[in-house]
Amino acid sequence: MEAIIRVENLTHTYGENTPFCRSAVQNVNMEIMKGEFLGIIGHTGSGKSTLIQHLNGLLKPTGGRILLGGRDIWAEPKKIREVRFRVGLVFQYPEYQLFEETVYKDVAFGPRNMGLDGKEIDRRVRSAMAFAGLGGDLLEKSPFDLSGGQKRRVAIAGVIAMEPDVLILDEPSAGLDPAGRRSLLENIRRYHREKGTTVVMVSHSMDEVAENVDRIVVLANAGVVMSGTPHEVFSRARELIDVGLNVPQVTQVAMALARQGVDIDPAVYTVADLRAALLALKGGKR
Amino acid sequence: MLKDITLGQYFPGNSLAHRLDPRTKILLTVVYIVALFCAKSFFSYGVVALLLLTGIKISGVAPRALVRGLKPILFIICFTAILNLFYTPGETLASFWIFRITKEGVLTAFFMVLRITMLIMGTFLLTYTTSPIALTDGLEALLNPLKKIRVPVHELAMIMSIALRMIPTLIEETDKIMSAQRARGADFESGNLFQRAKALVPVLVPLFVSAFRRADELAVAMECRCYHGGEGRTKLHVLRYQTIDCLVFSAYIAVLAGVLALAHFGL
Repeated sequence: MEAIIRVENLTHTYGENTPFCRSAVQNVNMEIMKGEFLGIIGHTGSGKSTLIQHLNGLLKPTGGRILLGGRDIWAEPKKIREVRFRVGLVFQYPEYQLFEETVYKDVAFGPRNMGLDGKEIDRRVRSAMAFAGLGGDLLEKSPFDLSGGQKRRVAIAGVIAMEPDVLILDEPSAGLDPAGRRSLLENIRRYHREKGTTVVMVSHSMDEVAENVDRIVVLANAGVVMSGTPHEVFSRARELIDVGLNVPQVTQVAMALARQGVDIDPAVYTVADLRAALLALKGGKR
Repeated sequence: MLKDITLGQYFPGNSLAHRLDPRTKILLTVVYIVALFCAKSFFSYGVVALLLLTGIKISGVAPRALVRGLKPILFIICFTAILNLFYTPGETLASFWIFRITKEGVLTAFFMVLRITMLIMGTFLLTYTTSPIALTDGLEALLNPLKKIRVPVHELAMIMSIALRMIPTLIEETDKIMSAQRARGADFESGNLFQRAKALVPVLVPLFVSAFRRADELAVAMECRCYHGGEGRTKLHVLRYQTIDCLVFSAYIAVLAGVLALAHFGL
């Protein structure tokens, strides 16, 4: 698989040359593969938000560079908007960025900035609404009349409508109830499956990451400390706990069983896997 | 970029200027401004400038920070200087084409620039050494007598402290919304004035919505804690004049009275 985004020695220092100078990310190297569903996890203040704002050129690195499809995104600073159209970023609590009179106009804001014609905008808005799990009946409503969950979906649709090559979501499910959380993640999974585009999800919910992503990058103290498949990452539970994170609840159960002497893989990370492992165990003994 | 705005910025410290009662500092600032506007000669300006320099020295605030504060009004200073330089009638020093520079013009321009600069620096000294909370407390205490004529002093002070408290929050929020809209291709940097103003709509609408939401939430939170205005409300930190306040105040008044007297006799 080829990398669509490559981060090389990225360093970002806030307030350089002042007494308040602080490095939010330091010497980060990572790759985002074409078509993968990548999870980025890290404790609060580990540099997650700073890192992802570099990926679409909202922040300019103070050191190192970002390659998008092999080209340095800051090679031509004038064309940075193109990068933002190719790497769609959904901020945390994106519902607070809605501003238009109707949902339709708000979702169309991105595509309109891209300079597309009316027909193409219309197609993109409708398709983005469907991916975000919103009915067409909402299109003419004011975004301010919607429920919190619906607003969030409208905001996500607004980024999907730009049809970016890479979709980055910063804690997309924060503050939603369990049902809303499940269905939103299901929508994101479906988007990834059907569109085949690269999706990056930032989260600090281990369970959420475990259930969805192909690969995980763990950030701590302004740098990457681990990366690999969920199985690889969650088998290093001790280190995760040391950097202020945890393993999914399912993994915790498996670890506890393993400690009791049960012959089970302590790094299973989905309910289905644990169920299969337990059934296999039962079948094997009796 | 938005974070660079200095708006009544406070530099924490423990100098004499920091420890003075906020009421003393507010009164001194008022007296200082009055003296500044009464000063007419080199001598009286010199005395007021000496007071300012002493204040800066005592406060321990970096002079560079004070000078930086002058930047936004640089245009006004230049404008005043030029107007005074060319439009004051009197003894001609130099002239070219339709412009005439007079001796009186040079003097007035010099004094005007000095006056504005010292005015800004003096008031900055107040906000640099007094926390916004102490400042509103001091104002409330000073304006208290106005309650007799039904001026809602406490409410005004509360409004002011809430406004001050919200400035950093709203700046942060604006930054966040601007980033979010930029991620959707919004362009705030190019285009003519009209286009730029229009580009701000996607920032201002969410900003207003969130400001109202915050105001609502704050009101509920205050009511939950039984806030009911100033009636019968006591303070955690009661303002008390110390001996040092008296001393500083008397010294200050004495010096300034001297200036006024001198100004009166035309010095």
